[in-house]
Amino acid sequence: MTAAFARVPELLAQHLLLAFSALLLGLIVSLPLAIFSARNKTVARVALGFASLVQTIPSLALLALFYPILLWLSALVGGGIPALGFLPSLLALSLYALLPILRNAVTGLANLDPAVIEAADGMGMTRNQKLWLVEAPLVAPVLMAGIRTAAVWTIGAATLSTTVGQPSLGDLIFAGLQTQNWTLVLAGCAAAAGLALGVDALLGLAEFGIARRRRGLVWGSLGAMLTIAAVALAPAWPAARGTVTIGAKGFSEQYILARMIGHRLEAAGYKVRYREGLGSAVAFGALAANDVDVYVDYSGTIWTNQMQRTDVPPRAAIVEGVAGWAKATHGVTLLGSLGFENAYAFAMRSDDAKRRGIASLSDLAPQAGELDFATDVEFLERPEWAAVRRAYGLRFKSARPYQPTFMYRALGSGEADVIPAFSSDGRVAADRLAILQDPKGAIPGYDAILLLAPQRAEDGRFQAALRPLIGAIRVEKMREANYLVDRDRDKRSPDEAARWLASGLGR
Amino acid sequence: MPEQTRTVTFKNVSKVHAGGVTAVDNVSLEIAGGSFVALVGASGSGKSTLLKTVNRLVEPSNGEILIGGEAVTAEPPHLLRRRIGYVFQNVGLFPHMTVGENVAIGLRLAGERETAARVAELLELVELPPELARRMPDALSGGQRQRVGVARALACEPGLLLMDEPFGALDPVTRDGLGKAIRTLHDRMNLTTILVTHDMAEALLLADRVLVMAAGRIVADATPRDLLSGKAGAAADALIAVPREQAHRLAELEQ
Repeated sequence: MTAAFARVPELLAQHLLLAFSALLLGLIVSLPLAIFSARNKTVARVALGFASLVQTIPSLALLALFYPILLWLSALVGGGIPALGFLPSLLALSLYALLPILRNAVTGLANLDPAVIEAADGMGMTRNQKLWLVEAPLVAPVLMAGIRTAAVWTIGAATLSTTVGQPSLGDLIFAGLQTQNWTLVLAGCAAAAGLALGVDALLGLAEFGIARRRRGLVWGSLGAMLTIAAVALAPAWPAARGTVTIGAKGFSEQYILARMIGHRLEAAGYKVRYREGLGSAVAFGALAANDVDVYVDYSGTIWTNQMQRTDVPPRAAIVEGVAGWAKATHGVTLLGSLGFENAYAFAMRSDDAKRRGIASLSDLAPQAGELDFATDVEFLERPEWAAVRRAYGLRFKSARPYQPTFMYRALGSGEADVIPAFSSDGRVAADRLAILQDPKGAIPGYDAILLLAPQRAEDGRFQAALRPLIGAIRVEKMREANYLVDRDRDKRSPDEAARWLASGLGR
Repeated sequence: MPEQTRTVTFKNVSKVHAGGVTAVDNVSLEIAGGSFVALVGASGSGKSTLLKTVNRLVEPSNGEILIGGEAVTAEPPHLLRRRIGYVFQNVGLFPHMTVGENVAIGLRLAGERETAARVAELLELVELPPELARRMPDALSGGQRQRVGVARALACEPGLLLMDEPFGALDPVTRDGLGKAIRTLHDRMNLTTILVTHDMAEALLLADRVLVMAAGRIVADATPRDLLSGKAGAAADALIAVPREQAHRLAELEQ
């Protein structure tokens, strides 16, 4: 329980920093826009229309959209714009904050008593005097209500920034969902909800103060909020040099390996932080951009996704090919293979496979039309699936993506008949799944490989700390470690599994 | 202030609204400095529009307006308006400011900081107790609010006072009291006052000169005495007929 909450302060700080920055940027953009809108109907229509349109885009998609947009922009100006992490999260959340602020400000300005405006004009106020002396104070309470809504939305949606590599309280929620550690999910939810409620209450107090014209209350509550924010942000400041960022994609094995790397680096005297739950495409990009210093990927993933290769040479040739390509095109160092493979392996319930007489993908093809297919969230979009489909002509009755954990559940409960399992997954053995052979060699090798960011290419101490991991992890050990985290009873945290795995290294 | 500097001159002023409706139709007129002029007419006759061309709350489509021989367009509108008092039916007190802050707003715009004494003086001028300065506008009665509106309009000692149906929303007793107070202020401060009203009796009792408007044109222009004696023409007679008849009936009742 305490372990689940241990990361809350650090993530809360990141979360707060992101949400506050987004709210601030949203205010900076929407307030002048609101003033323009109040004076020009066309501007109002366009601005409100745009803000409403943004609101209809699911927040997860909005965050994801900024990745290609920023990549494209970065290419346009010759690089230097980070496409992952803070910037895309900030931009997406700021866009989200626009609508409530803009709508309330515009409505507030439009509904001001015309007599008061006539009096302001009649008294000889300039436009600016009218704005500051009359319009702003009268709109303030309505505006404040809009800011409150925006703050709560922004804090809630900030949990999703985990997926584009920005640490937030979402790290806990995503990691917990992945490893079925509900305490972790609860810790993330409780912290995010608590933050939202606290900010809402303080802003509410300020709103009340504005409405009752009690300046002390307004400045008091805003001051209290800023003070608390400054204190809460303290863990976010020491982004001291020498801090290493370790990346992890969103499944148990990745969490465990990230911890194991972290433990070794801490022992070597580095300060360590984690960026977990990264998407496959996001992870490599973050490494190449030096946002992440080190993470574990799989040779076949880079081979098919980043390098766009469709041929399937032997395992060693793929690792070699990836190493050469990563160095030449991105300056990324492939330190070596960890010693095990985590390939996509099509799996069925063993009794079912026996009954249907299916032992390989070739056997599966003629019966696939009667079977339901469950996959992880990205498999159906991956070139490996295209390759397998091409090689065997597979057509399933249905195909649905799940989070990996739920993919196994779907197979176990009979909702699905076939899954692309992972060969290093402990549940393959534990659930007694039948692994289907790949006689045509359509699926490439997936050796776990340790990748280092360009900035670590010449870092001898760093590499020395990690070199003992090369060739040291056997697939049986990895399966067991994964199972420690994935199993339903007596679950271990990725951190504990990493220590267990490290204690048996090389044996 | 010499009277001719507050003379208001309209030269061929017209206002055609965006929809093509003519509110003011080629009005030429001179209002002498120091006079109290009432602009009377039915709703839609264009009297308010004509009044607002003076402080440029309405820009005329044609013609020009001069104050003391100088075109109103010679300076930015906000500077022009600070020299003109403006009172209108809905008062438009700033609801987030105290009565005192409302009265002092013109002084504040002019850059004055010490306004307390002047506010007390202005409240006294409109016959309101000085302690009212600390109240918020929503704690006042309608009549008190309009008095505050008048005090606010007079704070910067304008030579010219424009009033657009200032008593329209008030009960008859308050209305009569405030009318008399305005006339007293006009005389004491040597103002040029233009009062827009639809109430002919009020115009006759307060003004030195009554202008009758219909369909955007001035159809009668006479002193109250001449109007009553029927020298101003048929349109004016029709407007006077009602209050005159009421007065006769009241007089009969008293006997």
